[in-house]
Amino acid sequence: MSPRIKTLRKVQNPSLVKGFKPYGPDAGKQNSEPVILLYEEYEALRLCDYEMRNHHQASVLMGVSRPTFTRIYASALQKIAAGFVEGKRISIEGGKVYFDSDWYQCAGCKCYFNNPEKEKEIMNCPLCGNQQIAPFKSETPMDETMVTIKAE
Amino acid sequence: MKVAITSTGNTLESLLDQRFGRCACFVIYDTESKAIQFIPNPNKDAEEGTGSASVEFVASRAVQKIVSGRFGVKIEPILDSLKIQMIVIKEPKKKIKDIIKMLDH
Repeated sequence: MSPRIKTLRKVQNPSLVKGFKPYGPDAGKQNSEPVILLYEEYEALRLCDYEMRNHHQASVLMGVSRPTFTRIYASALQKIAAGFVEGKRISIEGGKVYFDSDWYQCAGCKCYFNNPEKEKEIMNCPLCGNQQIAPFKSETPMDETMVTIKAE
Repeated sequence: MKVAITSTGNTLESLLDQRFGRCACFVIYDTESKAIQFIPNPNKDAEEGTGSASVEFVASRAVQKIVSGRFGVKIEPILDSLKIQMIVIKEPKKKIKDIIKMLDH
């Protein structure tokens, strides 16, 4: 029996750097394998300890269950600790993730749109070309529709 | 650049279909050549998996933007990784010709 397939984890943005290197006189001595910190583990650490959210809120943001989130978080801490203690490089890569893009709303035609090219900033509405666009705060604009459908 | 619009019928007077996977018809509009193509959705009456089948169908036509009323939770990440932009219009009474006019801004 093959194990169950992992669900996709949502990561808001890739980390700024690809990893971390130890320094000091003994740093290069053990040229060992780096510790591989998965993107989802990086995201778990960011949500929990940088944005100060609790595990439940963070699990919702990543689209996994709370127990799964706790496991990802524990694994992140374990790997970082191993890197620190053993003086290993930490490389941030891999993992079963997708990157959630930002959503915007146009003031002119009231449409919503996302930005699939994260590096480039969107200046105009893709539909009507209006320059008055604002970031859309909710998770996805779709949630709202679902609520209205239920209300009817 | 090609844009796909979900439509309830195959005329310019048709309304925007609020669903993506089960829309009646896809309108493929080329913003450069101004060519408009109506393609009936082959997955319209499928029982399940219409979302991803429709994404494949549209992506095979090298579309860069999709205009619809709503995108499901399953296809959002797929479109995101394909770098196809999603545009959501929450007005059910929009006609296809109006959307094409807006795209020509």
